[in-house]
Amino acid sequence: MTGVISQLLEILLALALAPLLSGWSRQCSAWLLNRKAPSLLLPYRTLHKLFNKESIVATHASPLFRAAPYLVFGCMLLACAIIPTMSTDLPLAPAADAIALVGLFALARVFISLAAMDVGTAFGSMGARREMLIGFLAEPALLMVLFSASLICQSTSLVTIVETLAHRELAIYPGLAFAAVAFIMVSLAENARVPVDNPNTHLELTMIHEALILEYSGRHLALLEWAASLKLFAYSCIGLALFFPWGVAEAQAPLAMLLALPMLVFKLAIGGALLALFETVSAKMRISRVPEFIASAFLLAVIGLLVHLLLAR
Amino acid sequence: MSAMGQWLAIDWLLVIMAGWLLIGAAGVLALNRLELVARWLFPAGGCCGLLLFLLALTALPAAPEVAVLPIGLPSLPFHLRLDALSAYFLMVIGAASAGISAFAAGYFRQGEGTPPGLLCLEYHLFLASMVGVVLADDAYAFMVMWETMALSSFFLVTANHRIAEVRSAGYLYLVMAHVGAIAILLCFGVLQANTGDYRFANMRAQQLTPFWSSAGFLLALFGFGAKAGVLPLHVWLPEAHPAAPSPVSALMSGVMLNTAIYGLLRVSFDLLPMQQWWWGGLLLAVGLATALYGVVFAAAQTDMKRLLAYSSIENMGLLFVGLGLTLIFAAFEMLPMAALALTATLYHVASHACFKSLLFLGTGSVLHATSERNLGHLGGLIRTMPWVAWLMLLGVLASAGLPPLGGFVSEWLLLQSFLFTPDLPLPLLTMLIPVVAALIALVAALGGYTMVKFFGVIFLGQPREEKLAHSHDAGWWERAGMLWLALGCLALGLLPTQFIQLIDPVTQQLVQAGLGARTAANGWLLAPVSMDQASYGPVIFLLGILGSFAIAYLLVRRLYHRGTRRAPPWACGFPWGNARMQDTAEGFGQPIRQIFEPFFRMQRELPTPFDKQPRYSIKLEDHFWHWLYLPLADLANYLARLIGLMQQGRIAVYLLYSFLTLTATLLVVM
Repeated sequence: MTGVISQLLEILLALALAPLLSGWSRQCSAWLLNRKAPSLLLPYRTLHKLFNKESIVATHASPLFRAAPYLVFGCMLLACAIIPTMSTDLPLAPAADAIALVGLFALARVFISLAAMDVGTAFGSMGARREMLIGFLAEPALLMVLFSASLICQSTSLVTIVETLAHRELAIYPGLAFAAVAFIMVSLAENARVPVDNPNTHLELTMIHEALILEYSGRHLALLEWAASLKLFAYSCIGLALFFPWGVAEAQAPLAMLLALPMLVFKLAIGGALLALFETVSAKMRISRVPEFIASAFLLAVIGLLVHLLLAR
Repeated sequence: MSAMGQWLAIDWLLVIMAGWLLIGAAGVLALNRLELVARWLFPAGGCCGLLLFLLALTALPAAPEVAVLPIGLPSLPFHLRLDALSAYFLMVIGAASAGISAFAAGYFRQGEGTPPGLLCLEYHLFLASMVGVVLADDAYAFMVMWETMALSSFFLVTANHRIAEVRSAGYLYLVMAHVGAIAILLCFGVLQANTGDYRFANMRAQQLTPFWSSAGFLLALFGFGAKAGVLPLHVWLPEAHPAAPSPVSALMSGVMLNTAIYGLLRVSFDLLPMQQWWWGGLLLAVGLATALYGVVFAAAQTDMKRLLAYSSIENMGLLFVGLGLTLIFAAFEMLPMAALALTATLYHVASHACFKSLLFLGTGSVLHATSERNLGHLGGLIRTMPWVAWLMLLGVLASAGLPPLGGFVSEWLLLQSFLFTPDLPLPLLTMLIPVVAALIALVAALGGYTMVKFFGVIFLGQPREEKLAHSHDAGWWERAGMLWLALGCLALGLLPTQFIQLIDPVTQQLVQAGLGARTAANGWLLAPVSMDQASYGPVIFLLGILGSFAIAYLLVRRLYHRGTRRAPPWACGFPWGNARMQDTAEGFGQPIRQIFEPFFRMQRELPTPFDKQPRYSIKLEDHFWHWLYLPLADLANYLARLIGLMQQGRIAVYLLYSFLTLTATLLVVM
């Protein structure tokens, strides 16, 4: 019973906190740029505004185009549900381990790319190609990061990984350090953040994520924006689960969730601020350099794996 | 044959083979009566396939059965044997061929070169010979069936023999098939160890030295590798598979390639007395190279059937990687891990058969509707061909290895077996295993890229040509065939625990261990090792996505439904957009060409600013063709010219040659 409650709490928390995380990171970067920051609640207002508008769908768009926002939203919500953020007592978690989680992100990516190609404009298909290009390098890199943790814990189940890592003595695993760097690079690329893409731009030939969702409006766009912030939330939670797993409540201690929530908010706040800092100090790359960037993340993750194996013997 | 009234499964299998041969013979009688051939003979063949599937399903857990057919050489009749391994592959052949035959019933038209009745004969002979290959229990029967398979498929490939490219593709296929067959023949020669007894039962009993075992294995690798299209013996595959009519491409890619996997499994785990770890290492290296090479080339293709053919090469590479890992574990006596890797491999055999057949059939429908194979002339077909498009979408997702479909389960199992490789006696190997896992992940992700390109360019966007607006959806027979295979992809994705129960007898037979008992304990969750270590529940996974989908949909509909308006696409306010401004297949391949440049032999023709009629063209070729095959062909031509010197065209000279030969023979004999 506590399992069901903690599972539901996690999902609701992800839905509620995800736009806040995006808003918080935007606010931090505004401060860093010496601008006046918009309200923290801006993402919620945007969602509300978009949901209240009518949706305009291209004349010849197929049902795939209209189904994709819901599917992507569903994928991201499931991803948030299986990553242990506050508690490891999650009934849904056995349905998908780390590999299936990467598959889940890939599924969402494939659908959003197909939907972008469906309308048949130059921007949409360009965005789809670039998204898939980033994806095919970032996906194995993320998998390798998760494998580094899996090898330490001898498990690909996220719950087991978090439980094992949270109970280890405070020692730095060199393999995990490499993985952490790789993970930061991958999550920047996957969440359309600055060195790879710019979340605040429209009408730029270098855009990726915005080009994908260019034809969406109204409630469809709202769902996709929400899904994008859920994705950022999910990636942040993976990072926290792998590299800072302390404070997560475990199956035997349901009351620890009361402590886990402020802990999570605190960790996410720091993570969002660091993200803003990183985005502010780095410049956007040319699109042709992006594959190199993600490929180096992939190689770093593989090196991390090898370092772990070398030191383990 | 057993006593009357007590027929064994193997006897029924022979009946099905005979049924296929009869259908083929009936096709010859009704040579040009398309209606009869298409509406009655092909569906009947499909029913035989369905029966084969059900029969093999019941025979899987049963004890091995043998039969002797009194045909063949006087002292060497055909020996047949049905065990778990052959039953598994028969199941795959039956299931895939049932769908393909149903599709073929609606596919073949008049005037495609070979008359329909003859195609019917070749097609069913092809099916029957594949069953024969899997059932054969002596080298003689195996080779006869193997050659029948190669020849009947050669005639099927050259069905449109009026096109020169098809003829040359068929020739290349024939040559490569026979080079491979010679290696397999030599392999059996090694395995019988000078006893002169070519029954497999005898080969199993021989205790070969490690040297001769390795020789036999290498010959088998070469022979079966040529059939599977592994590097560097792959060049025929992207030529021959696209040249054939689509149901035949489906049969060749989805089903025939599996016989190579079967042969390799049969030789290395059943006939050879031992396994050595470096065989596995070799398979691993060859498989990885093949997989990477195949997927990179697939991503750069512009012809939809060639793209799928390269994707088949990729999948064969992945299967070889799985086999290699199984061999390594088996050689080090780590049987549970060997069972895991073998399960992953066999799972992928079935899922590849389903999705690759489905995709090839879909290209057939597209080809009929538009008479275009070039991706650059397609687009937007999801609106005129919804059935084909949505069924293909399932195949595309399975092929991209996405959950919750069939392709993902096998990749998941394979990655599990890599990840939890316990310490092998060789430290270097233990270190290399995760690197292999990384490359597998890269190949899988690139496969996703390729499939998005494939589906997106054909079915999505705006039609790139005027005529596509008049394309029509597939007929009911074609839909039925594709639906059957799509359901296969779905079932393989959603019911992994149940399917692993079927694989269990095979792994028990080959590596004396299985996942069946462990996975059965967890019900709907697939947990090959333990629940703590890894688990995957595709049904819950799917319900999770669909549940959130439904809740989101209902909530949005109830709380915020402000209607939908149809309008022309926005495209950043650019009003002059047209269908030619969409990304083409070349455009989609461009990043891949750039990143993997050394893989290709590229000939670019770029326009200068001063060109009156600027033209951009790019030609991709295979390095192996220039490094290996053309020099070999030159060598063969050179040798032929040398021999040609002897041919003077005068009878007296030939008589002289006969005289000299006779004298030499006499000298040797005395």
